[in-house]
Amino acid sequence: MTSLANAFTLIAVGCGALLFLAGTLGLLRFPDTLSRLHALSKADNLGLGLIVLGLLPQAASFTGGLKLVCVWLLAQISAATASQLIAGVLYRRKLRP
Amino acid sequence: MTLLLDLALIAGLLALAVHVARASDDQSAIIGFIAFGLLLGVGWTRLAAIDVAMTEAAIGGGVTGMLLLRAEARLRERSSQARSAGRITKAAAAIGCTVVAAGLALAVLSFPSPAPTLAPAAAAALDATGLGNPVTAVLLAYRALDTLLEKVVLLLALLGVWSLAPDQFWGGAPELRRADAPQPFIYLARILPPFGVLIAVYMCWVGADAPGGTFQAGTVLAAMWLLVMLAGLRPAPETRRTTLRLLLVGGPVLFFTVGFLGFAVADGFLSYPEGAAKPIIVGIEAALTASIALTLGLLVAGPSGRAPVP
Amino acid sequence: MSLASLDSATLFGLTGAALAGIGLFIVIAHAGLLRRIVGFNILGAGIFLVFGAAARRGAAAGFSGDPVPQAMVITGIVVAFSATALAVALLQRLFDLTGRESLDAPAAGDKQQAEP
Repeated sequence: MTSLANAFTLIAVGCGALLFLAGTLGLLRFPDTLSRLHALSKADNLGLGLIVLGLLPQAASFTGGLKLVCVWLLAQISAATASQLIAGVLYRRKLRP
Repeated sequence: MTLLLDLALIAGLLALAVHVARASDDQSAIIGFIAFGLLLGVGWTRLAAIDVAMTEAAIGGGVTGMLLLRAEARLRERSSQARSAGRITKAAAAIGCTVVAAGLALAVLSFPSPAPTLAPAAAAALDATGLGNPVTAVLLAYRALDTLLEKVVLLLALLGVWSLAPDQFWGGAPELRRADAPQPFIYLARILPPFGVLIAVYMCWVGADAPGGTFQAGTVLAAMWLLVMLAGLRPAPETRRTTLRLLLVGGPVLFFTVGFLGFAVADGFLSYPEGAAKPIIVGIEAALTASIALTLGLLVAGPSGRAPVP
Repeated sequence: MSLASLDSATLFGLTGAALAGIGLFIVIAHAGLLRRIVGFNILGAGIFLVFGAAARRGAAAGFSGDPVPQAMVITGIVVAFSATALAVALLQRLFDLTGRESLDAPAAGDKQQAEP
């Protein structure tokens, strides 16, 4: 049972790390701000989500796991707001060149 | 494997520091500094100092970064780009700084072995305090005088900041709010503070036995307060208000009172009576958290920016 | 000494030394006061890391680090923040009163403005 949980952790955290790598590559290589934001939010939401999901079986207690999920939710809220704010600034700049 | 992680962290830290030194505009340098603070927080976990990691991430990366970014935005319409030092000065400075760094590195490499440590002494007296977190025990029991004086330093810094307000604005509210806070930001300022306050209370409470404590909790509270003020949901308080001033000095005054009571009920200044140490410490922590949150928030808000409303 | 023989405490201590050097360089070489404030913070972070290395090496009695230097660093971070806030407020006031954001002599600054 533990080896199954460990294998799940490895796979999920590995996928999450891969998404972070892809998101970072996107941040560095994509041509404009909006697509860079897109790449970042993929890494933030899905990548962090996979890492948290992978760590859940390793949590020592139920509340520990709950805290992990809360971390993910809070990161979601802040990432979504930050992207909205950056995109909003961009939009307003385009309106008055 | 962990060595690789350490090396990657160190490379990131050094690269960001060099970026701050070389960036052509201040905004880019400050954003680099914020990333530096967060990365340094991870670095502190590698040194097994979780309390410090939380403080560094909250204050070093978060609040300091916000303070600097706001200052940069206000200075943006500057008259002239500051003149940089000449080539010779720079070379001399580089040589001097390399010498300083090399001296420090030499000191690090020649740390005595086995390392001198106060950990056994801290562990021996831990039971008497009733605390489980040795760092909190150092901050609020063994070296409580340091923490008390640090509170005074915070208050003095706030006095200094306030006294920089123009005469006609003295006692007025600091100017924080942008004219048009974007809608998503206001939404965030509505939903995040309940969670933030919950997390702060938890951090303050758990700090007695696990990583966490007054500074971290106070910073989180200050961040929530600033969020609400920046979104314009609540106005910044007028600095002349008596309740505000009483709350500001409340934490340190309680700390002093407990300290002097130590003469009467225990061995001397800032010593706690046996058996009652933990409730006293938790009480001081609660009062300190509130006054730290207020002080930090007001330090970021800056001197008052408009005349007091009569 | 080979790299593998360095433990992470020593590695971060050396990093702290390097960061202190870089921060000091920023404080000296940049004329802009805001950048100097950032440099001062990096200098502080470097010194704190050296403390952190000492704390990590002092692991004993079941603790993973000596709590005394750790508590000192926490105090230091808060004091550094209050110093930064005061410095930023002073800079703001200087800027409001004179329109300058460096400590260059005004005459030199004016000349600099006139040249380009």
